[in-house]
Amino acid sequence: MSEPLDDMYRDIIMDHFRAPRGKQKLDHPDITSEGHNPACGDELEMQVELDNGTLKKIHVDCRGCAISVASGSMLAEIIKGRPLEEARRIAELVRKMLKGEEVELPDDLGDIDALRGVRQFPVRIKCALLSWVTLIEGLDNYEKGNKTTVKPATTEDDS
Amino acid sequence: MPTNTNNRSPKAETVHSPLDIDRIKADFPILKEKVNNHRLVYLDSAATSQKPETVINAVTDYYRRKNANIHRGIHYLAEKATAAYELTRERVAGFIGGVDPSEVVFTRGTTEGINLIAYTWAEHNINEGDEIVITEMEHHANLVPWVVLAQKKKAALRRIPITICGHLDLSHIDDIITSKTKLVSVTHMSNVLGTINPVEEIARLAHRQGAVVLVDGAQAAPHMTVDVKAMDADFYVFSSHKMLGPTGVGVLYGKKHILESMPPFNMGGEMIREVRFDRVTWNEVPHKFEAGTPDIANVVAFEAALSYLELLGMDRIREHEIALTRYAIERLSELEGLEIQGPQEPELRGGAISFTDPTIHPHDISTFLDTRGIAIRAGHHCAQPLMRILGKVATARASLYIYNDEADVDALIEALIEMRRYFGA
Repeated sequence: MSEPLDDMYRDIIMDHFRAPRGKQKLDHPDITSEGHNPACGDELEMQVELDNGTLKKIHVDCRGCAISVASGSMLAEIIKGRPLEEARRIAELVRKMLKGEEVELPDDLGDIDALRGVRQFPVRIKCALLSWVTLIEGLDNYEKGNKTTVKPATTEDDS
Repeated sequence: MPTNTNNRSPKAETVHSPLDIDRIKADFPILKEKVNNHRLVYLDSAATSQKPETVINAVTDYYRRKNANIHRGIHYLAEKATAAYELTRERVAGFIGGVDPSEVVFTRGTTEGINLIAYTWAEHNINEGDEIVITEMEHHANLVPWVVLAQKKKAALRRIPITICGHLDLSHIDDIITSKTKLVSVTHMSNVLGTINPVEEIARLAHRQGAVVLVDGAQAAPHMTVDVKAMDADFYVFSSHKMLGPTGVGVLYGKKHILESMPPFNMGGEMIREVRFDRVTWNEVPHKFEAGTPDIANVVAFEAALSYLELLGMDRIREHEIALTRYAIERLSELEGLEIQGPQEPELRGGAISFTDPTIHPHDISTFLDTRGIAIRAGHHCAQPLMRILGKVATARASLYIYNDEADVDALIEALIEMRRYFGA
């Protein structure tokens, strides 16, 4: 039986939800960022270890729903090994895609396309956004010279 | 009672309700709506209740036949509108145990009622070193104003803890409510745990120390008989929209001598006696607290909601909800691993039932149930400190009211079983 839910809870998403990537906590993170979804209380902790301007290791720990956990897991998979600039560009692209803008996503973004189905469920878009917004906030703070985010990132309410 | 023989539980006992739920359902037009091709099963009344035809008609009837500004106009319609508005005040006074109508102040809702007290009574009566007592199960509406006020006044915020069963733990209450306590502000019924709190006992202990007692009745007033005199509350606040009435209307009950001692909240028209450029005197209570043109139409329509509830009888409503809550808890318990928050005994709680699944997040539960036409609430329910105590990020909450029956609970259970299959849990 096929139903609208299947567009959101794709097999790929459920796979990421059941076995999220990036679970391993890092010993020497260069960037630490915390995300928080005030609408539902979901919490996310992100750590990044840099090597020569590249995101060498990433840890994502999300206490949230299937969508926010899967989205964070995909982020960990996609972003690992990318230069800072590229990581930011991808995060901005994914954010735009989730907010309904027509964007061309590069081919090498793994399973990310599976998140498109979330857009049919407007109240759930912020779940998918949580990890990406947390990453952008972490990168912003790193560039400003702060190792750790001072206040937790939140997802944008207008989604 | 209508029953659905297809998915009846082998264990749970049939609900014997004193109410004719089929007839009640027919009074609520929205319940005829289809949601995602399913019959609407509305289990989110703790957030807001649905409205019967009589309340919906009362709003339009007001605009069609009575509309005018109240209290000051000297013409036919102004008198009609004023009479209708004041009739609701009298009905509210009766509904909460027969108080003086001048002790009933209309607000925008429970939140505004609490803020009014924080900005007027508390602003003038709480000083450095004083203590405000709340509980660990408060809604943000009865928490944030006190956190902010305590910081501003350098007062201490103390809290009554909860037991693992979701009751207030009164074993050390004498150390919490002391001679330093100026205000005890406590919810009558928890919007997360469903717990009904012993407000009479708390009021007695508070008064012994000379403290003032505020009871948040947002969740209790729609579901049970409230007698503010018997519980000896100094303030009691609640909202129309959770008890069949329109949104935008709330009630603040306050003992007259306390209301009279308080400065006004909003300044403007209606709340004054005499205005000069150098001096203003205040109107009498309750008008002192009702500056500007209120939400007249919705206050008037609130009367229809109170009539509806009184016709059913608050005691019979309570009896119905005890029976249905028992059935719902029994049936939810059939789902292995499902964790139900709060007291398990329906006599000690209301029909807001929070639960969590070991693997499926409340958001995913709510999205899945929605595709089956079932409306529940998922999240922290504006009680983040309580969520932290419970060790949960969020819970799913199904809440029951007069238009819910066994078939609604059965629909919920069936959908939850289907959901577990869907998520492979």
